[in-house]
Amino acid sequence: MAGTESYPTDLRYHREHDWVRIADGEATLGITWFAQDSLGELVHYEPPEAGTTVTKDASYGEVESVKAVSDLIAPVSGEVLEVNAKVVDAPETVNEDPYGDGWLVRIALSDSSEIETLMEAAEYERFVADQ
Amino acid sequence: MATTLLRTPLYDRHVSLGAKMVPFAGWEMPVQYDGVIQEHRAVRADAGAFDVSHMGELEVEGPRAHKFLQGLLANDLDRIEPGQAQYTLLTNEQGGIVDDLIAYRLGERRYLLVVNAANRDADFRWLKEREGPGSDVRDISDEYALIAVQGPRSLERLELPAAPAFSFAEGAVGSVPCMVARTGYTGELGVELLVMNEDALRLWDEVMARGVHPCGLGARDTLRLEVCYPLHGNDITPETDAISAALGWVCALDKDFTGVRELRAIKERGPERRLSAFVMEERAIPRQGMAIVEGGEVTSGTHSPMLERGIGLGYVTADRAAPGTAITIDVRGRPRAARIAKKPIYRRKDKEG
Repeated sequence: MAGTESYPTDLRYHREHDWVRIADGEATLGITWFAQDSLGELVHYEPPEAGTTVTKDASYGEVESVKAVSDLIAPVSGEVLEVNAKVVDAPETVNEDPYGDGWLVRIALSDSSEIETLMEAAEYERFVADQ
Repeated sequence: MATTLLRTPLYDRHVSLGAKMVPFAGWEMPVQYDGVIQEHRAVRADAGAFDVSHMGELEVEGPRAHKFLQGLLANDLDRIEPGQAQYTLLTNEQGGIVDDLIAYRLGERRYLLVVNAANRDADFRWLKEREGPGSDVRDISDEYALIAVQGPRSLERLELPAAPAFSFAEGAVGSVPCMVARTGYTGELGVELLVMNEDALRLWDEVMARGVHPCGLGARDTLRLEVCYPLHGNDITPETDAISAALGWVCALDKDFTGVRELRAIKERGPERRLSAFVMEERAIPRQGMAIVEGGEVTSGTHSPMLERGIGLGYVTADRAAPGTAITIDVRGRPRAARIAKKPIYRRKDKEG
């Protein structure tokens, strides 16, 4: 169902297996290939509401497979601008394309320095190799 | 607490098929191969094979075996003849469910009980403590493997003759001898193949060679929940009585067995709560242990691959048990609407009888 394992170099990674892509003061969040592979096919996405605030290292929503529920951990803080409605309707989109169509929320960054605490792709790849 | 997990004779086959292995009832079992949903759909559309060798097999034999079991099991063994099997319950004095099982009548004086893996030792002790002269109980689980092959094309793929549900006979798949029973836990046409350990690998390979999809415990759970078969330890326990669990149909209340008086009394006054099936009206997946806001608790919940909705089983107060009744599930603090469903939640298209 899912593509092959990959960790794009233009993203930053949180140790809870969440990624963030930064562009023009906005951040797009999602879960990594490793996270979707561990969970299996996703069947539910419980998103935050637009306009609410997500806080770095705290849960902002949930994804579920048939067998498991997993908290979504925000790698950075900010206000939710948009929830990916496509994933709400078809959660398996995350398995098919975790870094593209399977993004979860778009937020307005509240503190861009938080990025510096996150891992780069090579470091994250070593991190998951040890999991 | 370090414990060694047991492995079935098919362990290496699961690993080489890429299964994700998990601990279950003291065994290391495949939970999925290439995905629960895909495996689930293979069983509904074609045929899937499950290694259920972790289940227990108890043999009860002797001139008084029939009478002995009649006094312990809820269903009426007089209704089956050699070559027939019956779904039944081992009940306690309170009418609670020690285990649910299938009793196979091997002969006039000989029965095979296929019991839940987690209850194998408790069931064996329960029977052993109560057996008298003329009935001998033996745990033969370690000698046998059990492979369930389920789905509308299961018999055709295995080249097995049609046979009535709950019948069984000595047979073979290809050249591998096994006991072929028309039983299962998926709601589909299918068989369970009881095979000597030494023939188990050959039988599995024979089944795989016929294009049957390997399926794990994950799909086994979603399949049984769609057809509302209770799972012991979740939906039914020694603390839940058979009437409240909606298993009155397996209780022969006109015969004498452990707990029958209590069960008659519960039936007479009407149970306070009933094990009911429900379907989510909103997007959410119910899980075991979640509260039903109007009163009650979810005992099993999952995502139904056929309905593509959350479904579950749970105890609700008797006034809320009628199909169509609105209930609310507390999903980690979020109230989500659901509705009591008529059982089974999913009914197969080619349903016989």
